[in-house]
Amino acid sequence: MTGKTLYDKLWDDHLVTENADGSALLYIDRHLLHEVTSPQAFEGLRLAGRQPWRLDTNLATPDHNVQTTDRSGGVDSIADPISRIQVKTLDENCDSFGITEFKMNDPRQGIVHVVGPEQGATLPGMTVVCGDSHTATHGAFAALAHGIGTSEVEHVLATQCLIAKKMKNMLIRVSGQLGAGVTAKDVVLHIIGVIGTAGGTGYAIEFGGDAIRSISMEGRMTICNMAIEAGARVGLVAVDDKTLDYVKGRPFAPKDEHWEQAVAAWKDLVSDEDAVFDQVVEIAAADIQPQVTWGTSPEMVAPVTAQVPDPAEIADPVKREGTERALRYMGLQPRQKITDIRLDRVFIGSCTNSRIEDLREAAAVVKGHKVASTLKQALVVPGSGLVKMQAEAEGLDKIFIEAGMEWREPGCSMCLAMNPDKLGAGEHCASTSNRNFEGRQGFGGRTHLVSPAMAAAAAIAGHFVDIREISRV
Amino acid sequence: MKKFTLHEGIVAPLDRANVDTDMIIPKQFLKSIKRSGFGPNLFDELRYLDEGQPDQDCSQRPLNPDFVLNKPRYQGCSVLLARKNFGCGSSREHAPWALEDFGIRAIIAPSYADIFFNNSFKNGLLPIILEEDLVDQLFREVEAQEGYQLKIDLEQQCVIKPDGTSLPFEIDAFRKHCLLNGLDDIGLTLEHADAIRAYEQRRRAEAPWMFS
Repeated sequence: MTGKTLYDKLWDDHLVTENADGSALLYIDRHLLHEVTSPQAFEGLRLAGRQPWRLDTNLATPDHNVQTTDRSGGVDSIADPISRIQVKTLDENCDSFGITEFKMNDPRQGIVHVVGPEQGATLPGMTVVCGDSHTATHGAFAALAHGIGTSEVEHVLATQCLIAKKMKNMLIRVSGQLGAGVTAKDVVLHIIGVIGTAGGTGYAIEFGGDAIRSISMEGRMTICNMAIEAGARVGLVAVDDKTLDYVKGRPFAPKDEHWEQAVAAWKDLVSDEDAVFDQVVEIAAADIQPQVTWGTSPEMVAPVTAQVPDPAEIADPVKREGTERALRYMGLQPRQKITDIRLDRVFIGSCTNSRIEDLREAAAVVKGHKVASTLKQALVVPGSGLVKMQAEAEGLDKIFIEAGMEWREPGCSMCLAMNPDKLGAGEHCASTSNRNFEGRQGFGGRTHLVSPAMAAAAAIAGHFVDIREISRV
Repeated sequence: MKKFTLHEGIVAPLDRANVDTDMIIPKQFLKSIKRSGFGPNLFDELRYLDEGQPDQDCSQRPLNPDFVLNKPRYQGCSVLLARKNFGCGSSREHAPWALEDFGIRAIIAPSYADIFFNNSFKNGLLPIILEEDLVDQLFREVEAQEGYQLKIDLEQQCVIKPDGTSLPFEIDAFRKHCLLNGLDDIGLTLEHADAIRAYEQRRRAEAPWMFS
């Protein structure tokens, strides 16, 4: 018998029932909730007279709609009445059903995918779901984690299970040593550039290889976070000492003899040597350069040293037309140098890149410099209240403020602009977020996805620059 | 959930790949706490020339005459013909809610993003997968003939063209059963309540830290 992949093990551990056609009931250990995709699910429970199956697996926090400016006035201070109602509805639903929630002014509030790991609410070996596609983030802990729709949010609340079908296994092995200035964000953008935004559709992707092992837990979260941009609902990294060190001592993590028991079980959360993957993609770490997206899909990405592509050179008509449309939307010329793209705003934040290491990386670049005078705004939005406190304890807030950046309260912010932080039409933004779709960061806004260091360097220069040149200065 | 058995309707061709959920229903409309009413804002940024706001009367807004759903020949359409990786991006179920509220009952494309695909079935919206060359052919036929309609027979798992040609498609047996009968997933799962409790009991012994 051949060995099992990490995904196979996680799947088998959570099977409640399995039908002949391959559909199964999968048990869910952790359910994270936020205000946008949960109200209709709670309403559904109420209409059917149902109660949550198991309260203690649920953890909620508002993140998409909250303002990142002054919050001393509480939820009533959310200016947009529709946003306010949505946040209040989450508060009311959690209160009435008895679900633990970190409310807007709780220091533990933040982006749900930052909060879960930070609290130890995400543990190795768990199944983790949330009505948000970036739930893939939690796979960095060898947890089977993926986004679900609102009907499934209701289903998990009511039954503690999901109806699921097993995905295929893909291994993306990144081998060798990453170059200076090349971060986890560049690794995942490069991977998306190689396999495309539908490359992982139908697969659970395990990220392996010595380059992945060398990356910190926060970097691994960045990589798994964007598995969905490669089409895969699930991204995974096997357990190692870094995983255990990160989890140990966190508020929701097991303690004492439970910790010992858990660690013994978690050590098996790796793919067996003889496991067979349906697809293996080999990536050489040395090939990865700092990345910048130039188009309106995350696969429209290039090294910072490159040029915008020329549609005339693309043979496939659907792809050529897509590229032409993207360049029109982005206001870019064929063969324009990436470093010639001028920026209007810079956004450092989102569930991809708003953790303490991301902020340290950005602060190290801007320290002692000033944001370019041509920039309208450079926003730094920490991923949670605790990340914010940590950054302030290290003096990072002062570095950003002295450079002319804005230091904000935690939330999703300009990643998707459901709160007041947004791009104006035609504005170019260097953003550490995860999607560069048309209108994503604001109607007519033009997003370029980059790492925190690249965003910080772009803020100072006013256009993209190769972070490796900066490091040498 | 609405049943899906047999459907016949006008086909609208949306000729672009990687249509994402931000395109299907932009984020400002996700602030609603209701499940209905998203139809007027389906493809909002493509469909209108101005920036849409929630709770706005869309009948007064300037339409983009070039957008397929605004063309007179596709009025009343209920089948959307699309390109590969349709519905990529976020997990928002507002995307199938908006399509369904607009009147779309089925989509035909070479491939879909996983979460969108899954969400569609929960809302009586049938995402059909056909080979890329068949989809290409349908695009040509729809554009050539005004009022082009397709018939979709879920029981027989086929799309029937106006000339009577039948294009078979695959569908998961469980999903087909639920769509044909309009079944509620939660009710079906709760029939397994004993199995869920048995799992929990076993798991509690094996992994007690998951229950503390």
